[in-house]
Amino acid sequence: MWSLSHIANEIHTWLSNTFNPTWTQIIEMVLAGVAVIGLFAALGLVLVLMERRVAAWIQIRLGPNRVGPFGLLQSMADTLKLIVKEGLTPDGADKVMFNVAPFIAMIVAMLLMAPIAFAKDFQLWDLNIGVLFVTAISSIMVISILMAGWSSNNKYSLMGAMRSGAQIVSYELSAGLSIMTIVVLTGSLQVSDIIHSQANGWWIFKGHVPVWIAFITFIIAVTAETNRAPFDLAEAESELTAGFHTEYSGMKFALFFLAEYINVFIVCAIGATLFLGGWMPLHFGSGNAFNHAMDYIPSSIWFFGKTFLLIFLIMWFRWTFPRLRIDQLLNLEWKYLLPISMVNLLVTTAMAILGWHF
Amino acid sequence: MFIVKYIKDVWGAIASLATGMKRTLYYFTHHKEIITQEYPDNRDSLVMAERFKGEVVMPHDEKNEHRCTGCTACELACPNGTIKVITKFDISPEGKKKKAIDKLVYHLELCTMCNLCVEACPSDAIKMAQTFEHSVYDRKQLTKILNHPGSKIMEGVE
Repeated sequence: MWSLSHIANEIHTWLSNTFNPTWTQIIEMVLAGVAVIGLFAALGLVLVLMERRVAAWIQIRLGPNRVGPFGLLQSMADTLKLIVKEGLTPDGADKVMFNVAPFIAMIVAMLLMAPIAFAKDFQLWDLNIGVLFVTAISSIMVISILMAGWSSNNKYSLMGAMRSGAQIVSYELSAGLSIMTIVVLTGSLQVSDIIHSQANGWWIFKGHVPVWIAFITFIIAVTAETNRAPFDLAEAESELTAGFHTEYSGMKFALFFLAEYINVFIVCAIGATLFLGGWMPLHFGSGNAFNHAMDYIPSSIWFFGKTFLLIFLIMWFRWTFPRLRIDQLLNLEWKYLLPISMVNLLVTTAMAILGWHF
Repeated sequence: MFIVKYIKDVWGAIASLATGMKRTLYYFTHHKEIITQEYPDNRDSLVMAERFKGEVVMPHDEKNEHRCTGCTACELACPNGTIKVITKFDISPEGKKKKAIDKLVYHLELCTMCNLCVEACPSDAIKMAQTFEHSVYDRKQLTKILNHPGSKIMEGVE
């Protein structure tokens, strides 16, 4: 069996037989770090290309088609260009803050990778407050944006950062409440428990209407939280040049750019875990032939398939909807999403207590 | 009722967003009609739109005759001094002096393709061409003389 958990176990057994437990632990940590960085690089390349292709197809264009076969090497060429460019620090900027900010964005993205289950029994850290950990860490993201915007000593950067602050702080509420819906239904904050509770059907099927509402709220809120269009007020290239990363260039800009795509991947992975069953295959009821057929598809393919489906959804939003104004943005959160998700949480709680879900 | 209006608002918002998403999904899944022109590759088969304005030209017929009377209406119409008409006087066989053009100088680098000169021309002597590959290494090459050397005015154009 070539499953990810099998490979991980093989490596663990080999390391335990060769080294003492302390060194095994250290080497495994290094390997996990390298794997995460490798995944980041791969995701950056794939998602940038995917975004440009989806954008082109939606706008009846062709998209990148010059570098490599079908333009597949376009994002490689872009990365190479960014690596050889100078990472300029402006004279009036707060040098330390300015240079640290992109790394904070990356560290947040790396920390968020920890509780995500990529395949069956393949998870960096299955801590018992997994979902809480994710919501807590993802709010640190705003600090890196505020640092970048404030230390740049540029009015566009500062305006972008302030907008982003208002946006992330308000949309975190409805994202958290829609995550709570699933926590209420599952009765656990642990990611593996949430996935196992969906063995006989994903929550989006089992939980019907309240979970649908929670899912829509979640998707809208995370689109806002990752600063993507139609909520890209933090960058708003037509108004603020590039918002909080106006002054960044070269690899420091690339880190922000990468962090955006990594965050999109992570929120979609969390959405897939909570609402679409994570690595769990599509099951209806229990023990029938359809379920057995679905079990043959490897769990990692299920996970990445669902995640990329949600990523496509978010890209689809970006290339369909126009950007909101700041007052419309805050109206949408405080007057619509938040009251709806609060009522929805109440209904879900009643549903969980009375057992109205399938 | 407040609550009815609220629910109607939410429902209307979702419905209108869904309409937009349906449209873009249609484009995404019907990947046939492509508006991208792969320009250097399709240079031979490139079709320009009829209203495209590339540069001002003066058509000449096979006898090397144009329709320009040298009235300088185009020069007066031009908002940024792109056209300069240099006139001379031809002596007709009857011994009468007649105004004609010596050179019609056209500065392509100044032209904004506004079409006002073409509209001003009373004798349809100039028109807009669809050429667009105007890059040259020397700016002097962008100053063009529109009438061909040795050309003269067509019979019957006053």
